[in-house]
Formats: sequence, C-alpha cells, structure tokens
Amino acid sequence: MTQETPQWRPKLKDIADQEELFTSGQRLCAGCPAGSMARMAMHALPRPKNTIVSQATGCLEVASTIYPYTAWRVPWMHSLFENAPANASGIEAAYKARKRQGLEDDIPDLLVFSGDGSGFDIGVQAASGAIERRHNFLYIIYDNQAYQNTGIQRSGATPKYAWTTTSEVGKAVPGKPTWKKPIALVYAAHDPEYCATASVYHWRDFMMKVRKGMEKQGPAVIVVLAPCHRNWRYPEELGMKMAKLAVETCFNPLWEYDGETRTYTMSAPSMQFVKDPSKKKPIEEWLEPQGRFRHLFRPTRRDDLIQDFQNLVDEDWEFIKRLTEM
Amino acid sequence: MKPMPAKQILMGINGDEAVAYAAKHALVDVCAAYPITPQTIIVEKFAEFVANGEVETEFVRVESEHSALSACLGASAAGARTFTASAANGIELMHEVIFLTSSIRQPVVMAVADRSPSGPINIHGDQTVSLAQRDTGWIMIYCENSQEAYDSTLQAFRIGEHPDVQLPVMTMLDGFVLTHTLENVYLLKDADAHKFVGRRQPMMITIDGKQVPLKLDPKTPITIGPLQLFDYYMESKLQHSEAMEKARPVVTQINNEWAQLTGRKYGDGYLQPFKVTDADAVILTTGSSAGTARFVTRQLRAQGKKVGLLKLRTFRPFPDKKIAKLLADVPVVGIFERTHTTGSLGGPLFNEVRSALYDLDTRPTILGYYGGLGGRDVTPDHFRTIYKELLKIKDTGKSPRNPIKYITVRK
Ligand SMILES: Cc1ncc(C[n+]2csc(CCOP(=O)(O)OP(=O)(O)O)c2C)c(N)n1
Ligand SMILES: [Mg+2]
Repeated sequence: MTQETPQWRPKLKDIADQEELFTSGQRLCAGCPAGSMARMAMHALPRPKNTIVSQATGCLEVASTIYPYTAWRVPWMHSLFENAPANASGIEAAYKARKRQGLEDDIPDLLVFSGDGSGFDIGVQAASGAIERRHNFLYIIYDNQAYQNTGIQRSGATPKYAWTTTSEVGKAVPGKPTWKKPIALVYAAHDPEYCATASVYHWRDFMMKVRKGMEKQGPAVIVVLAPCHRNWRYPEELGMKMAKLAVETCFNPLWEYDGETRTYTMSAPSMQFVKDPSKKKPIEEWLEPQGRFRHLFRPTRRDDLIQDFQNLVDEDWEFIKRLTEM
Repeated sequence: MKPMPAKQILMGINGDEAVAYAAKHALVDVCAAYPITPQTIIVEKFAEFVANGEVETEFVRVESEHSALSACLGASAAGARTFTASAANGIELMHEVIFLTSSIRQPVVMAVADRSPSGPINIHGDQTVSLAQRDTGWIMIYCENSQEAYDSTLQAFRIGEHPDVQLPVMTMLDGFVLTHTLENVYLLKDADAHKFVGRRQPMMITIDGKQVPLKLDPKTPITIGPLQLFDYYMESKLQHSEAMEKARPVVTQINNEWAQLTGRKYGDGYLQPFKVTDADAVILTTGSSAGTARFVTRQLRAQGKKVGLLKLRTFRPFPDKKIAKLLADVPVVGIFERTHTTGSLGGPLFNEVRSALYDLDTRPTILGYYGGLGGRDVTPDHFRTIYKELLKIKDTGKSPRNPIKYITVRK
C-alpha cells in the first residue's frame, strides 16, 4: 500500500497547546482510560471548531454531562443507548438539507461515541444501517469489555472466563462461557471508508486513526480497547499498562481497514510481533494481574482454562495476520 | 363546502397521500421513515416527491422505526423541521424514542396510520397503539377523514414549533378506512401552504449572558440530553407539563387561522359537537368513526330522537373542562372507542372522559363500548345499537351493572 499524503503525526507539545474540548471536572472514576480516550480523540479532530458529537448512554455519557454541568466544549447530544449513529444520521441530514437550501454554508464533522454495550450489542443495528447509508461520521467504540455503567454486566465484548455480575464465577461455571465478538471485523465487512482497532496505550496510533477516520468522506469505525479497573480488578493506576499488555500478548491486535483499497494492514505497535514472534508475551501476563480472571489462578491454577484462553487469542491473532498479509 | 378564501386544488387521493402532500407543503427539512402497512403509502409518495425534485427534503431511509425517530430527533436538535410516519409495531418499536423526543422538546411531527397491535398479527386498524402513547408527552390529534389528515398535519408543524410550545405532535388517521380510501381532498397551493407554515425558527436561550439558538451548532456549542437525576428531573417534567398547558390556546389559534385560510374549521380545535345541546343521549368518539356516528345521529334526529355526537379531535392536551361543559346536562353518554384495554374499567377514552365529568353536580350515566378492533368494520348499525341502549337507559333510569361492553363480538 502506498502512502499518498504525508500523515498527521501528533506531537505532545502541539497537543499541550490545544484547547481541551473534553474538559476536566467530569466524573469518571479516577484512572478511567475512557476519559483519556475521549480527550485524545478530541485532540485529534481535523476541525475541532466544526465538529458535533453524538453520544450513546454509558459511563462516558453519565460522567460527563451531569446537569447542570457539561465537560464538552463542542455541540454534544446524548439521546439513547442504542441509537447514537441514527441520531448522527439525522444531524448530518439536517445540515445537508439546510446547506442545499442555502441556510448553512458548511456541514460539520460528526463524531459518535459509544461503549461496547451499544457498539457490540444493542446498537449494532443502528450502526450497521448508518454505515450502509454512507453517512459521513466516525464511530468510536470504546471497549471496556462489559456494561460497566450499570454495574459490570457481561457484554458481547466480554472475553471467555471473565467475571462479571452476570457471568458469575462459581463452583459450576468459571465465568463467561463464550469468546468475544470480533466486532471490528463485522464493521469492516460493511466496507466503510475506514475501520481500525486501537488501544488507549498507543496514543499516537489511536490519534492518527481518529484523524484518518474523521477526514474520510463517509463512514468510519474505530474500536479502541479501554480497560476498566472496577471490572477488570487491577490497581487503578495500571490502566495504561493493562492496555499495553493487551497489545503485547496480541489479545488486542491493532490493524486498519482501508475502504478505498479494501485492504487490511497491521498497525505498527502490533507489527513488531509479526516480525519477531518471540516478543509476543504469553496471555498469562495480561490475565494474572486482573481480578476478573483470579479463578484461573487461585485457589488452584487452572492450566486447562489458561491454555484454552491462549488458544483463542492465538487463533484470532493468526487470523488477523492472514488478513493483513500483503 | 363553504366558500374558500384561498383557491385550492381538489384531488382524489387517499389519507396517506394527503399526509404526504402535507409533509411536502410543510417544507420539511428532514424526513426519516420506515415502511409499515398502512402507513407505507406516505413514505412511498414522499419518496416520489424526492425523486422528482419536488422537495428540498433530506430523506433518510433508515433501517428501523427506532432509527427513524432517532434520526428525526437528531435532525430536529440540529435545527431542522422533521417529519416521520409509522404505525402499530413501528410505533411500539420507537416507544423509547417517543418519550425522549417530547422530553428533549423537539417539535417533530409524526403521522400515525393507526393499526392494531400484534398479536395476533393484524394489519388493519384500531387506535390501541396510538392511545397507548398518551403518557409520552406529545400533542395528539385524531383525524376523521383525509381532508382533516392533510389539514391537521400542516397545522401540527405550527402548533409544535410555536415558541410557547416546542413539543412534538402526532396526527392519527385510521388504518385503511382513511389511509387507503380515495376521497376528495382540497390541497392548498404551494405558496399559500408555505406562507402558512413558514420556516422553523430555532428557540433562543441565554447562556453566560449570550443569546444562542437551542440547536447543535458549532458556532455556539451546547449540550443536549444531559443526565438529570433526582435533583432536576422533576423540574424538567413540570416544564414539560407547562408547555403542554401553553399548547391549549395554540391549538385553537392555529385552527382559527386555518379556517380563515381554507374555510375549514374543526370546532375549537379540540371538540366538534353535533346536536349535543338538548340531547338525551350523546355518543363521544374519535377518528373516522365520528363520520359514521354523525350520519346516524342525523338520521335519528330526523326521526325526532334527541341524540347528539361529540367528536373528540385533540386528545392531548385533553379538553377535560370543555367536555364537562358540553356534557353537563346530558343524561346518558356512550363512549365508543376502537381500543382495547384489559383489567381496567374501560379504555383510555372512557377513563379520561369519565374522569373529566367527575366534578359535575349531576354526572351523566356513562357507558363504554369497545368496537372496530383489528379493522372490524364500524357500521351505522353500531351507533344505532348504542343510541338505542343509551335512550333506553334515559327512559327507564336503569343503568347496566357493567358499563363496559363489546360491540359486534362473537362469544
Ligand atoms: C434500551 C436500554 N437498555 C438498557 C439500558 C441500561 N444501560 C445503560 S448504559 C448500559 C451499559 C453501558 O455499557 P457500555 O456501552 O459498555 O458502556 P460503559 O458503561 O461500559 O462505558 C446499560 C445496560 C438503557 N439505558 N437502555
Ligand atoms: Mg462497556
């Protein structure tokens, strides 16, 4: 694949000078990576003064707009849990119609945020429809692997064996019985203009992807893994480390789909594990520090389950490697 | 037909087409809709207008009714005039968004081609689903015929967008009886219609001492749809209720303006009494059934029977005081409703009307009739039967122990 235009590469220095559009004072948990995700995304906007955000119900929403306060310095709308892309379709339609009538001179960029609840489960229909209709928006799904806002219930993003309050760990059942949905591939299969996976740890990779997704004329989707210490049960200061390990174990392979060339490409942070497979860490290193997987290690170590988890990760990883081969 | 102040165009169209013409005349910016019988003709006709370049509307062909109203909501929050239409299962699917639209105070207009709820699955008409939306905080208007469907749909934009109101409006037309039946309908000329509806003007609000439009606009960023818990939620509800109260005179005012423009007037916008004043027995009903009931009322009056009809047009805001005034001296009232409720004393129409009459010194005897469910034909005989029963009660002074009846049902 050839690179046509020089890519925007964010520098910390430049970002520090930019206005915060997702501001402090919001009430996410201390150390919540979803907040970092939102902040990074807003710093990566190509037209920060000309962007509208549509937001699905979830942690990021409830924590950022507790009336009469708001953390958003852009026009922002929350409507429901499962309809943020449909809501955005209407916002775009309004501007399109009014521009055609000479009542507006510009159609703002549209950014949609949701958690894995909407992005993987209840809102797939609305997102699928909005992509098929080719609305011009970037849909960022921050994946913290459960319905955290409502008290840590399992979602289609919850991995096998993970504890949640609806995939309890007991004598009979060791947590969630099934693997997570490959939702980014599902959206990529819609052939949007752009689709990618990302990690909150790899901030530059994520921000460049946001920029790309926003600049495309048409639908774009990014699924970004954002750990949650309330559910994953790691010390709250280790959020970024957990995100990093998810990439290093290849649990969270970072890749891009380009709608123009219809190709998948492995992103730089994951590429190193293709080049040198010995760098790929065993999944245990990611599982062990997380309380939601505690039963795989204590009171007795369950090698069978850990191995099963490793196999599932490896299968996915091999699949993504094949997909991104050129 | 009375002389018409504005020259109008007479067309042979069905109720759905009449609504589509109204949406066209209303200069709708965004229409998002999903097909369902018996509403489908509305979106098909509107798609035709779009295809022929007859409208400047952005038509979003969504993948569900939930998304239809969600798209309208987003578009409306971005300042657009929006329209959608649906029926039965579609309305039920969008129920969540119906509540939200009114509480976010977006004046979306929605036509409801009334159809029975599933199940058993049935595509024909009754008003159970639309009346089940009675607590969603929308203005609700029931139409008797296709002409009224056209008229009310155009009025709906003016009512909902009125600065004192800012609420969504539902206009109901009975499935098949109106949606699929050809009638003569007078349509305004484009220019006259446009003059009547104008363009939507955004509400202005004050933020940090500055006047900004209440819409999603990058020039003046605002947050729409924040979280409100126990500390503010009730105040929002009160404001919503106040807006609905302020809509009361607006419904009448727009109805009067419409009368001046077109020569057509629907009572005071809420109720159309026919021979009620000296009546011994009155039937209250809504929608297309009112036409059939009026026909029977006229016949019976010609035979010297003192019967009257009270057609209810606007269900929200509910004209409780007006109803009480009109029915204060009527001995027996029968409420005919094409809805079905179980486990309660009568349907929503019966309940609301009965409650409206509670404060009268002498209350009429009130009976409730369920009928016309699932599209079962509502015939003149329905109303002959009802009037006969009501008059008998008046004459004998004996009312039945159970005031709720089914009409034309096999046991
Ligand atoms: C239709 C509907 N069903 C259920 C809910 C309750 N609910 C609100 S947020 C949420 C989960 C959100 O999970 P996710 O999208 O993963 O975001 P997170 O809170 O984890 O950031 C649920 C189940 C709702 N608001 N609407
Ligand atoms: Mg989540």
